[in-house]
Amino acid sequence: MDYTKIGMNKKEYTEYVESKADKSSILKNCIIAFIIGGLICIVGQIITDIALNYGLDKKTAGTISSISLIFIGALLTALKLYQPLGKFAGAGSIVPITGFSNSIVSPAIEYKSEGLILGIGANMFKVAGPVLVYGIGSSVILGLIYYIFNIFM
Amino acid sequence: MEIFLTYLKVFITGGFICTIAQVLIDKTKLTPARILVLFVTLGVILTGLGIYEPLVQFGKAGATVPISGFGYSLATGVMEEVDKKGLIGIFTGGVTATAGGISAAIIFGYFAGLISKPNIKK
Repeated sequence: MDYTKIGMNKKEYTEYVESKADKSSILKNCIIAFIIGGLICIVGQIITDIALNYGLDKKTAGTISSISLIFIGALLTALKLYQPLGKFAGAGSIVPITGFSNSIVSPAIEYKSEGLILGIGANMFKVAGPVLVYGIGSSVILGLIYYIFNIFM
Repeated sequence: MEIFLTYLKVFITGGFICTIAQVLIDKTKLTPARILVLFVTLGVILTGLGIYEPLVQFGKAGATVPISGFGYSLATGVMEEVDKKGLIGIFTGGVTATAGGISAAIIFGYFAGLISKPNIKK
């Protein structure tokens, strides 16, 4: 192709094509992430509503919903069904709690050959561990700030 | 009709949070592990600032199912426990509120790892 006809050299043309492809693929990724992420949350809401219908309080219903989604995420990962979803949905399958569950089961499967303790036990929290460290850690700091704040206010 | 509206709000809120993460992944090349850490920490901070609670009121599971909702549970748990028990609540509140999820993640994660066969590397 004669790039000079459209006023670009080969490098500029390549960059132009890449930037176009990049933008459209980001948009496509975002739409898929939005739909899958939204759908997983709807599943969570349905489980919560069922639990509420059984007369459970709001907090317990929320906990049951979390536990159920973690179970579903673990099961789908064990059946090798979550990985293709992850490739397709990106953040839509990473950010919901099912993705947290997936992040525990994946290394558990991967490192299982190294044994039950140093394989599964040591590696299952490879990603979830940092999440707990930073999540619980920041909640303790928040609690401290809240406690001090309450003394003076 | 009302239930449809509730589920629509759940869908939009959950979708929106995941979209923010997707933009971060595509634009900054942050790995999923970093995204999860970032979102759980943001969940704690935004709850502490009183910004996440309205989002939960609006989007319900749409705001609690994403990992930032785990941060929300930790933060509300710790603040409630500080109100009830004082200083010790700082250490007990967060994990108490999220104990169900953490225990479920450990036990289901362990057994899922146990029953599933590793992929043979191609």
